Amino acid sequence: MSKKILIVGGGLAGTIIANGLCRQLGKELRSGAISICMLGTSDQHMYQPGLLYIPFGRIRVTELYRDQRKVLDRRVPYFVDPAAHIDVEKKLVSTQSGRVFEYDYLVIATGSRLMLQNIPGLAEGAHWFYDLEGARKMRDALLDFEGGKIVVNVNAPHKCPVAPLEITFMLRDFLTERGLMDKTEITYTYPIGRVHALEGVANWAKPAMDEYGIKYETFFNTKEVDPGAKTITSEEDVTLAYDMLVTIPPHNGAEVITDSNLGAGGWVPTDKQKLLREGSDDVFVCGDTTNIPISKAGSTAHFEADTVIDNLVSLLTEGRWARHYDGKVYCFIETGMKEGTYVWFNYKTPPNPGPPSQMLHWFKLAYNRLYWLSVRGLL
Amino acid sequence: MANRTTIDARGAFCPGPLMELIAALKLVEIGDEIEVLSSDMGTALDVPEWVAKVGHAMVGVEEKGDYWSVVVRKAK
Repeated sequence: MSKKILIVGGGLAGTIIANGLCRQLGKELRSGAISICMLGTSDQHMYQPGLLYIPFGRIRVTELYRDQRKVLDRRVPYFVDPAAHIDVEKKLVSTQSGRVFEYDYLVIATGSRLMLQNIPGLAEGAHWFYDLEGARKMRDALLDFEGGKIVVNVNAPHKCPVAPLEITFMLRDFLTERGLMDKTEITYTYPIGRVHALEGVANWAKPAMDEYGIKYETFFNTKEVDPGAKTITSEEDVTLAYDMLVTIPPHNGAEVITDSNLGAGGWVPTDKQKLLREGSDDVFVCGDTTNIPISKAGSTAHFEADTVIDNLVSLLTEGRWARHYDGKVYCFIETGMKEGTYVWFNYKTPPNPGPPSQMLHWFKLAYNRLYWLSVRGLL
Repeated sequence: MANRTTIDARGAFCPGPLMELIAALKLVEIGDEIEVLSSDMGTALDVPEWVAKVGHAMVGVEEKGDYWSVVVRKAK
């Protein structure tokens, strides 16, 4: 009897898992003992971290996309047919078109989505770069910008936790190069009492902001934006005026998760070491979709995916568990247009970013292209 | 009876216990409680400071050996 693996989600996590499984299960796939199938929302695969460079004209849109069927191992049937309901008791997934898929093992990797609508006035008053349309509009607005007050506003929860700092420092370099920084005031807002969630990153970023004249407003959780008056107000009763507002919007998980009663906000309760849905031994959860208190980032999804691959292969071929996820995350951080640093940590090791360098900036630019090897399971 | 959700943020460096609390409060009803478990002593200070600023209610802070339990009630 063939064992069926169903992967819901065609983003980074789901695709790395599918390709990694194919690399290790060639014999079983050939014999028909195991089959792998994927459901996704688009026939295009996007390299999301590349969006950071769109507002500055530093990456071409074509570099962000590949055909999902070309990224994915050809042994995996791929359906652009989003999951509409997941029934973990009956082990069935139904899709928006009405198809029904059975599984022996399910991987949920449905990611996260922007929730600008959760904050009144945010969509109307702000720019953002977390999707292509927003990033393109932000590029146009930056080209028209002639100086004034820029507010970079960070909301929780959000994916890619270093991106808010990257965009802030890159904005500063971009405006300096255009001769506008002396006519510009940048204010960065953050929900907690320091400029970044990671203490080591905050300890590096705060003096850098002081040196560059970037202001910051901590303990700032956005209540509302008034696009007419061009003001943003926090739950903590602080109001800031802006000429250009750049927001990192709050996120939720996918609708199918809440619609299937699998987790509030679209985040699935997940064992942080096994990456199994709590209460299930046949449902893995990977990437942004988990409720694990860890960064929602491509790097997290990548290292989680490697763990899921090893455990699924081991369970299917040897009937035993392989290893636990140790919480590893590694992220490059752009500290401007010409330098970068990185941070890594796991459940036991706190992060400690090193001094920025041009070489690390080049590494990050190189990774922007190496990603296409990562997602194929080669790197 | 208020619903209570527990977030085990022990060993969570990013986004960290307070950010997890802020995100979780958006998903519960007024009157519900969130308990955050944290191995970072700073949480016992950061959370009450933020709760006072934003107008939620502190239910309690308790040291439990090598971690802290911080309970907040959503008030608005």
